[in-house]
Amino acid sequence: MTGVNDPLALNRTNPLVLGIETSCDETGIGIVRGTVLLSNTIASSMDEHARYGGVVPEVAARAHLEELVPAIRAATLEAGIRLDDIDAVAVTCGPGLAGALMVGVGAAKALAISLGKPVYAVNHLVGHVGADVLRLGADDTTEPLEYPTIALLVSGGHTSLLLVRDLVSDVELLGETIDDAAGEAFDKVARLLGLPYPGGPQIDKAALEGNPTAIRFPRGLSQTKDMEKHRYDFSFSGLKTSVARWVEQKRDAGEPVPIPDVAASFRESVVDILLTKAVAACVDLGVPRLLLGGGVIANARLRQVAQERTDAAGIALRIPPLSLCTDNGAMIAALGAQLIMAGHEPSSLEFGADSTLPVSDIQV
Amino acid sequence: MLLAIDTSAGTSVAVVDLARGVIAEQSTSDTMRHAEVVGRLIADCLRDAAVPISALSAVVGGMGPGPFTGLRVGIAAARVFALGAGVPFVPVVSHDALAFGHYQAGHTGPLVVVTDARRREVNWSVYSGTDAVGLPIRVDGPCVAKPAVLLEAAWVHAAVPRFDAVGVSAGDLGQVAELMWAHQRPFAVDEALYLRSPDVTLSNGPKRVS
Ligand SMILES: [Zn+2]
Repeated sequence: MTGVNDPLALNRTNPLVLGIETSCDETGIGIVRGTVLLSNTIASSMDEHARYGGVVPEVAARAHLEELVPAIRAATLEAGIRLDDIDAVAVTCGPGLAGALMVGVGAAKALAISLGKPVYAVNHLVGHVGADVLRLGADDTTEPLEYPTIALLVSGGHTSLLLVRDLVSDVELLGETIDDAAGEAFDKVARLLGLPYPGGPQIDKAALEGNPTAIRFPRGLSQTKDMEKHRYDFSFSGLKTSVARWVEQKRDAGEPVPIPDVAASFRESVVDILLTKAVAACVDLGVPRLLLGGGVIANARLRQVAQERTDAAGIALRIPPLSLCTDNGAMIAALGAQLIMAGHEPSSLEFGADSTLPVSDIQV
Repeated sequence: MLLAIDTSAGTSVAVVDLARGVIAEQSTSDTMRHAEVVGRLIADCLRDAAVPISALSAVVGGMGPGPFTGLRVGIAAARVFALGAGVPFVPVVSHDALAFGHYQAGHTGPLVVVTDARRREVNWSVYSGTDAVGLPIRVDGPCVAKPAVLLEAAWVHAAVPRFDAVGVSAGDLGQVAELMWAHQRPFAVDEALYLRSPDVTLSNGPKRVS
């Protein structure tokens, strides 16, 4: 029997890995064989959060507990494998919502022991980068990602700029948001414009008819005085307040609020600051590659501006398929498989959930 | 033979058999580190019991009541272990294990089991005694209440002897399940016993900033 204490027997050439992701509101189960995606099963509790206008940690954690077993069943069915075929289990142990992460951690350990297989506890943010290695089948001949690369990860839970020298051994945090995540800013601004949750797609829709240069909203942490300490950091709280103030002034004056213009101008500010800093990191560090990840990448304007700016700067732009950009278990399985193929030993059974796990801790 | 897991208070794992009783049990009273310890306790328990996973006929999970964050870890582990081992998952009310243990220790007659529910509240269940096979008969609860309510003379169970429990034994949980199985009693509903809604407040719209 292959055991937890017998990692030598691990298939290190093309491992079949099941990944568990429960760091936020998506219960993600992914199955990969080496770099080939076999299943990307996602159960989202987003609808349950809609009436609260944002992710409620306890609601998310309760949903994970109910979704886990059905999602694992669905994933194995889709992948056409039996659970005892897998070589290893990978799980997100941080960063993320503590109570939500713990559900996945407890489940991953139990699954690994029940199958007599090792478990790899991995970093959620590095998982977003790992998504890029996945191929949809033998005929998917996308060139492998080259290193080093800059990675911009933008979602409702994080906004981070990374320097990835090596996916499994060398990831450095260049900067991150010092207040709200970009996705959170979209939700909050949508709410003050009276648009439903989640805000990203709503702002996008409203912005279609708007003029992105109608209102000049601030770009957070872009002034000279901020650039020394926060060169690659982001801030969206001031922007949100500035939009709120602008809208209030219009309403107080009894004037109609031009929602499309506000939405387009707000979105432009977010997109501008994200890509200004990401491209600056590429240029400053001499890294001609930029990878995008996270749910906010679904924003069409962000992808469009990213293409324009990277083209202009001679930077190669990588965007994994959108289903692999939002939180998912396949990216966790992919990172686990990369660790296994690179010869890394499994995690010990004692790891916990770490809601603030640093990005440099690729595996715990 | 059953694997039993409970994280409704600390973390407790046991391998139990109807004929042999508790074969192995590993517990910690730490009420904070369920996710950290649950894997090691399961692995050590299986090692101590010296039985292969293929010898297990089911996995038992303590459904609470108990503090939510920890409670979920054990239920998730038990459900997923059962899936991995290809055996049924069996839900049991954690208070039933506490009552079972207390009756085994010599108590007779009615009993109120009381546990900490955090946020200055307690969980309680009331038992009238044990049945012919030794299973506790729950007649009320589990419920959540302010501690003061249980001290009022007017409380409907005020006269019933009270047992303030601190840790649930997975050995007891497993034995309850074995007896229920052997005597074809219905298991608990497969639902975590949170007994409280997630505390979220619906917002009244954005606040003014100017
Ligand atoms: Zn994410």
